[in-house]
Amino acid sequence: MITLKVNGESHELDVSPEMPLLWALRDRLHLTGTKFGCGKAMCGACTVHIDGQAARSCSIMVGEAAGKTITTIEAVSGKVAEAVTQAWQRLDVVQCGYCQSGQIMSAIVLLTGNKAPSDEDIDLSMEGNICRCGTYVRIRHAIHEAAKSLA
Amino acid sequence: MSTSNLANPAAQAAFDASRRDFLKSATVAAGAFVLGAYVAFPDFANAQGGAPQGPYDPNLFLKIGADNSVTVLSKHFEMGQGATTGLATMVAEELGADWSTVRFEFAPSDARIYNNLLFGPLMGTGGSSSMAESWEQMRKVGAAARMMFIAAAAQKWNVPGGEIVVEKSVVIHSPSGKKANLGELAAEAMHMPVPKDVTLKPAKDWNLIGTKLPRLDTPGKTTGKAIFALDITRPGMLTAVLKRPDRFGGKVASFDATDAKKVDGVVEVVQVPAGVAVLAKDTWSAMRGRDALKVTWDDSSAEKRSTAEMLEQYRQMMKQPSISAEGRGDAAAGLTRAAKTVEAEYTFPYLAHAPMEPMNGVIELHSDGAEIWSGSQLQTLDQMVAAQFLGMKPEQIKINTLLGGGSFGRRASTTADWTAEMAQVVKAINGRAPVHVVWTREDDIRGGFYRPMVMHRVKAGINGSGEISGWQHTVVSKSIFKGTGLEAMAMKGGVDNSMIEGIVDTPYAIGNMAVDIRYIETPITVLWFRSVGNTHTAYVMETMLDELAHLAGKDPVALRLSLLTKQPRHAEVVRLAAEKSGWGQSMGEGRGRGFAFHHSFNTSVAMVADVSTKAAKLKVERIVAAVDCGVAIDPDVVTAQIEGAIGFALSIALRNQLTFKDGMVEQSNFDDYEPTRMREMPKVEVHIVKSTERPTGIGEPGVPPLAPAIGNAIAASTGKRLRSLPLNLSTLA
Repeated sequence: MITLKVNGESHELDVSPEMPLLWALRDRLHLTGTKFGCGKAMCGACTVHIDGQAARSCSIMVGEAAGKTITTIEAVSGKVAEAVTQAWQRLDVVQCGYCQSGQIMSAIVLLTGNKAPSDEDIDLSMEGNICRCGTYVRIRHAIHEAAKSLA
Repeated sequence: MSTSNLANPAAQAAFDASRRDFLKSATVAAGAFVLGAYVAFPDFANAQGGAPQGPYDPNLFLKIGADNSVTVLSKHFEMGQGATTGLATMVAEELGADWSTVRFEFAPSDARIYNNLLFGPLMGTGGSSSMAESWEQMRKVGAAARMMFIAAAAQKWNVPGGEIVVEKSVVIHSPSGKKANLGELAAEAMHMPVPKDVTLKPAKDWNLIGTKLPRLDTPGKTTGKAIFALDITRPGMLTAVLKRPDRFGGKVASFDATDAKKVDGVVEVVQVPAGVAVLAKDTWSAMRGRDALKVTWDDSSAEKRSTAEMLEQYRQMMKQPSISAEGRGDAAAGLTRAAKTVEAEYTFPYLAHAPMEPMNGVIELHSDGAEIWSGSQLQTLDQMVAAQFLGMKPEQIKINTLLGGGSFGRRASTTADWTAEMAQVVKAINGRAPVHVVWTREDDIRGGFYRPMVMHRVKAGINGSGEISGWQHTVVSKSIFKGTGLEAMAMKGGVDNSMIEGIVDTPYAIGNMAVDIRYIETPITVLWFRSVGNTHTAYVMETMLDELAHLAGKDPVALRLSLLTKQPRHAEVVRLAAEKSGWGQSMGEGRGRGFAFHHSFNTSVAMVADVSTKAAKLKVERIVAAVDCGVAIDPDVVTAQIEGAIGFALSIALRNQLTFKDGMVEQSNFDDYEPTRMREMPKVEVHIVKSTERPTGIGEPGVPPLAPAIGNAIAASTGKRLRSLPLNLSTLA
């Protein structure tokens, strides 16, 4: 049995410690807002927060995540999360939307640590999140807007 | 997929023809919107879970609840292009609905009601046709409903209907001061006779069409609540991951499942026509089981060549007898008269669509049919193919359409390959559990249905006055349609128009032009890919035109305008992009500006690219785009589609290609087939031509002009031409 602390609740899971966190979240806890895109930490669709840091859940084993504080898109909250989500909604950033949970989770971590990110900061922090629909213009815009609303 | 594929050779003529059918079909569909439809299609009400729900529930395209909610049933798939918001805007405009009460649901898979009016009897989304095909139909649905609400209010209040208006979901009779919201009147309205004729609002009275409205799919997609096919779970469901042939055309010779079955969670291993499927209790176990599976392949009829050998065959094919597609004037004579000529070869690689959500879908057998949950883009074809493998009738296959995590054409496969797999696997286990077939990214990149590898050869010339005197053009590729079930419908006179769209129908006044084609045969599976043939033809046309402009000493924009004198709408788009970009300004050392224009899916897009080529490194700095897509139903969605198309097409221009070694694809995931990333995205400006012409495509037309605009900018900066994609500055000696 492995205990995962997800979204403020503890879950006892009878899974191999080697199971990627992504599949424990999706297939066992039915938290499907976290997406599978590549399985190799190259697209960021599976981004969650582990102890407040952006993490690619497809490449972290359940055994490594045990005992840590895991937050997914379904429960992420606070002033920064609110500002980011609202900016995303106001600017209609999404197209297919599949990568956007991960984009939003990465943007929240960026703005939590950097209140006024430059374009270069955004390039660096969002480098690991692919959007195949190419919504990058609006993602950048929304991050700047969220920063403004938090200032 | 391409409308022009299905309706060519003359795309415009076909479009006009389908408009005639459209009006007829729209009349039928408007009739079907009414309550009487329950009589016509009794099984439909059952499929929806019984009798009409709520007080007012015509239930075909529109549901209005007692809570005042307005739900539009979307006949179109949503893969990010904004079709659901667009359809709902049209209905809400004519109904007089308050946008904040508007929702959407995907329509059931029933082509009798939800067929794409441009595809004939098929329910499906593609060819950038959603707004164009439903422009009358959806507005009539809204207008008919509005008239029924007005009639109900007139009766209830005993006032003349002519004095009643519907505004922001409130039915108002000003003289008496009476008002009621739609929900309050729904019960009465559903019993009103359905109007035979409806009058649509003139453009000057539009409140919603032409404005930015919040997208209906945004809330779910920003909170993790949006449901894609990958998110579906059914009781007792097994997840299946397939091992498919390493080489296209390969077959299973034998397999050993001993180790696969030892993996915790693996339940069963079955052979199916597509390969060998490992079924497990969860996705990760199925993937590990598949890793442990040993398959020996029979590669006797498989593709075993490498990319260099394939390209050599293309070059040999250039010399073989050809199939002549449409020609104009006398290209050979025109070239003989030319003062200067250019002759060039262009190559384009195989490309994978790589939508962010890997291909997947759930299937479940019932006593009387089967049910599928998937991001289905061509529901009717998916129904036919699943039915064929299951020995059922297409109408026994119920498809629950879900949001698609991207598609770019992949979810509308000509053979419904991924749906076929679902049917094969559930059949192999006798339907005793629901099955979720899941592809990994590696399966996706190596799984075929690619934009085909294409080679062009062009010889073009200008006369002494710098006018284009002749243009000879040959295209070699595997055909998307040849050998598929769509061949008879899509190919006329043996010509697959999707290879040469954008050439034969060029709007430029080129008098002497000959276009011919040669087909490559290979087991590698190919498919339309966002903007189809235009992904390569626009590059060749627009960069060759640029070369001719330089050869003639003419400004590239001026040359284009001189060839578009009879196309005022096209010319306006060229002028708008040139003006907004500051065309003609000096760019300085190591930088260049390039222009491209392309007309596809009845929409015109021009792009101006600013690039830097300093230190032999290509950086695309800015793209200024102009677009004419008729009425921009939601201009913000139009802008988003152009922005997104630029991000998508940039990966094709800069980097993406699939190569083969001994018949096996060398790339496998986003490390070696890497989409555009944030840091590479240029600044983008989109300018939309104000128009009240009927809406045309927007999902695809932003892709074609991007790469040639960049190619022309590189030439402006370096003086050298890149004639193959992806663009590689290191090949400029």
